[in-house]
Amino acid sequence: MKAIKYSGLVIFLVGFGIFTSAVFFGYFNFTKQELDSYIIEKGYKSERLKEELKKSIVTDKKLSIFEFSSKVRAAFENSNNYHNELISKYNSEKNWDKKSEQFQYTVFGKPHSLSYDLAKKAGKGFFKEEPKLAWWLTFGLGIFGALFFILPNISLLGKPGIKNDGIYFESSTNRGWIAWLVLVYLVVFYLLLYFMPDYVVNWTFIFDPISNVLNGGNASQWFVYGFLYCVIMILMGIRMYIKYRNNKYQIVRTTSVLFFQIVFAFLIPEIMTSLNMPGYDFKSAFPLDYDFFFEWNIKSLQSSGAIGVFILVWGIILTLIIVPVMVYFFGKRWYCSWVCGCGGLAETLGDPYRQHSDKSLNAWKFERWLIHSVLLFSLLMTIVTLYCYFSGTSSFLGIKSQWIKDAYSFLIGAWFAGVIGTGFYPIFGNRVWCRFGCPLAAYLGFIQRFKSRFRITTNGGQCISCGNCSTYCEQGIDVRAYAQKGENIVRSSCVGCGICSAVCPRGVLKLENGPEKGRINPTEILLGNDIDLIKLLNNQ
Amino acid sequence: MEHIVIIGNGIAGVTAARHIRKKSDKKITIISGEHPYFFSRTALMYVYMGHLKFEHTQPYENWFWKKNKIDLLQGFVTNIDTDKKQLFLIDETSISYDKLIIATGSKPNKFGWKGQNSDGVMGLYHKQDLENLEKFAPNNKVCKRAVIVGGGLIGIELAEMLRSRKIPVTFLVRENSFWNGVLPAQESEMINKHILEHHIDLRLNTNLKEIIPDENGLVKSVIIEGTNEEIPCNIVGLTAGVSPNIDFLKESTIEINKGVLVNRFLETNIKNVFAIGDCAEQKNPIGNRRPIEAVWYTGRMMGETVAQTICGNKTEYKPGNWFNSAKFLDIEYQTYGWVFSEKNKAENEAHFQWQHPSENKCITISFDKNSHEFLGINTFGIRMRHEIFDRWLSEKKSLAFVLEFLADANFDPEFYKVHEAEIIAKFNQEMGTNIQLKKKSWKRIFSKA
Repeated sequence: MKAIKYSGLVIFLVGFGIFTSAVFFGYFNFTKQELDSYIIEKGYKSERLKEELKKSIVTDKKLSIFEFSSKVRAAFENSNNYHNELISKYNSEKNWDKKSEQFQYTVFGKPHSLSYDLAKKAGKGFFKEEPKLAWWLTFGLGIFGALFFILPNISLLGKPGIKNDGIYFESSTNRGWIAWLVLVYLVVFYLLLYFMPDYVVNWTFIFDPISNVLNGGNASQWFVYGFLYCVIMILMGIRMYIKYRNNKYQIVRTTSVLFFQIVFAFLIPEIMTSLNMPGYDFKSAFPLDYDFFFEWNIKSLQSSGAIGVFILVWGIILTLIIVPVMVYFFGKRWYCSWVCGCGGLAETLGDPYRQHSDKSLNAWKFERWLIHSVLLFSLLMTIVTLYCYFSGTSSFLGIKSQWIKDAYSFLIGAWFAGVIGTGFYPIFGNRVWCRFGCPLAAYLGFIQRFKSRFRITTNGGQCISCGNCSTYCEQGIDVRAYAQKGENIVRSSCVGCGICSAVCPRGVLKLENGPEKGRINPTEILLGNDIDLIKLLNNQ
Repeated sequence: MEHIVIIGNGIAGVTAARHIRKKSDKKITIISGEHPYFFSRTALMYVYMGHLKFEHTQPYENWFWKKNKIDLLQGFVTNIDTDKKQLFLIDETSISYDKLIIATGSKPNKFGWKGQNSDGVMGLYHKQDLENLEKFAPNNKVCKRAVIVGGGLIGIELAEMLRSRKIPVTFLVRENSFWNGVLPAQESEMINKHILEHHIDLRLNTNLKEIIPDENGLVKSVIIEGTNEEIPCNIVGLTAGVSPNIDFLKESTIEINKGVLVNRFLETNIKNVFAIGDCAEQKNPIGNRRPIEAVWYTGRMMGETVAQTICGNKTEYKPGNWFNSAKFLDIEYQTYGWVFSEKNKAENEAHFQWQHPSENKCITISFDKNSHEFLGINTFGIRMRHEIFDRWLSEKKSLAFVLEFLADANFDPEFYKVHEAEIIAKFNQEMGTNIQLKKKSWKRIFSKA
């Protein structure tokens, strides 16, 4: 069994290695005809841009993606500089006609995205030409290897029960060098995905056939990410099934997050796209879905007929009615650890790292400041955006709509939720984003704290203060601090993953939805101590 | 300002300190030799198994003590002069007190076995035991076999710990079935089986004769009484119970027996000197409870109680209904009220038992044979609600009532399979009754009758 496990690891690493090194393979160039048709397709009007691009990428030389990217970005920059200079020149000459004529020649867009677009067309080599074989060599090997690595645990882990032996001895789960390596890999992965998609264009070639089947178009980096996300969640979900096979709550919950990720976040939007509808994730609620009220989204929904209007209404109802009502009945867990995609990844890929969330009082203070600031930021951004949308102006309260949207998308959407939120799993725990950053979690947290039937019940005086619950709480809640006093745990940040209850050796904790009355039960004296003492205290 | 000195920073001493601080601004000093900060010794096993780091066993962050003006002093008390109200420490300094709380806990029992002081012989109680274990049994290359002597809760925990590092374990148990002085046979046998499933070499009816050290004084093997079988091993775990850690009081005027003798107010024979926790011995046992109770929560309750008394609200220690819990490898155990083993049960105590046909789950309900009053319940693999059973015991509910409302008491996580219907069906069949299970009701669960 061990041999199977470790050969699985080797197979996985081979697939993973090919996938990673794909960045360095293949070559990129254009023939003159290819470039011409690309420029026509894009509607670029600048002769200067055409010249620059022709000079740099119409070649027989096999350019690597890095050379290609830097040449393309330089070409766009040179062309834009050229036209901008003309604009200022005509401006100073007060030659208004010539000046306004120049505006059509500048090209907007992020340099790496412009380069990505060209690279998607200009790519050649193995990954472009043999995408199916490439898929098997990367994802195929990776998936098989991971399965061979994970499945033997059914026998290797022994009888069903708590399987935390050695977590603090392993480099990968005890902040050792493997954990740091994974952190660096994840951070770089997200930086490429968000900011330099052209460098990973080879990954998208692997998925062109699958993407064509699903939505009728070639794969983007987001398609790759979505597919990868589902694959990782399924594989690590299988690991969860094996690890927590003694615990029905964990099994049902894991099934739920897998279902919502695969069907709601991946399949439905892809199928909608193939039917020429806006691809929409029906479970993604504002303000986590922060661009829901952006002009482009509202416009695109409005122009999509009945389905667009339905999505618009659904999105508003989801945030204003469904989410809070469900939190009232079940706690925020129904969303955060049963439905949400971010939560889904945290509960599967992130499970080996849950013990790293900081339990100190200072971390709790920091959390409350930060997460509520992000909530305010998202609301402010949305108010500005909507005001500008309806009034037709470009700023509100002195804040430019475009500026605040860009700032939020960059700081919160990309850096916080992606690079830090997932990248930091191996060192800072699997809920960095959900705990410190997610504005939806902050909103649900208010409801959970002040108006909900959910609580974690502490079982009288059975707690022995061992600390397993606090250690394995991914949200950094010091569960023990409540349990050892006999108090129920009612905290806005609790996502109801149920692991505290699972790891408790004395059966002290139970997640339940009950009457609001008595949900919060501050206790002076533990259950079991004589009744007179309680009376004495109460009479004080 | 009155100076309260507490010897021992375990759960009893620390609870007393916290509650005195809540109610007063008295000067509080806690003296401890084991570790400067309070930690949960019940969690030491998880440190060895790699579930936790040692710092995770500390329920309070290190700034807590200063912020709450609780002074921590590291040292061992060697003697007490109760006339001058002075303590003497091992470094020959002294401290005076106005009120003294002795909360020094327990130490592992040693029964005078030959070789019991060799290197590699250890209990499992103190932080130092954990350090010893890391030294003598870091893995199965250094420690090729471990022998554990004494079949109780600590013994099985030590076995689980060593097995987590794949160290072969031989487990010597004096009784003919695991812990059957406490557990009814059905449960004891289930645990025997479970121990074997975990590849632990369980030897029932087996006593240790002597421990043999090698030429360096390190454990080499043990000899079994009777058969004289020699079992080679690298460590020996002595887990045959604990006794109060009070040797330093032998020269003092404080009255001791096995533990420090106290009355119901936790007062010793000397005014202003109290004893709480594992080291306290009730002069007159309370109910069915033993005079010395080495249990986590009684230490905590005694701490709460003595804090009341010290802060001017003289309060009797009255632990309520007995309860406890433990975990035997993968099987959780809870008990509420009194369920005695066949060996120890009273003439009027009868049992109703149910066991799951395939999983490691079973219950025993004890009741009065004549009045059919509910006396207590043991559950294995099923969690129960403490508050409910506490209420039912205080209200002296009947056996039939408990079965009828058993669903209210279930505390298993959501989606777990429930077994109340099967349990009641078996009861009805055995007793010829027709009890109908009531559906779980939040209203009943939360009604504080």
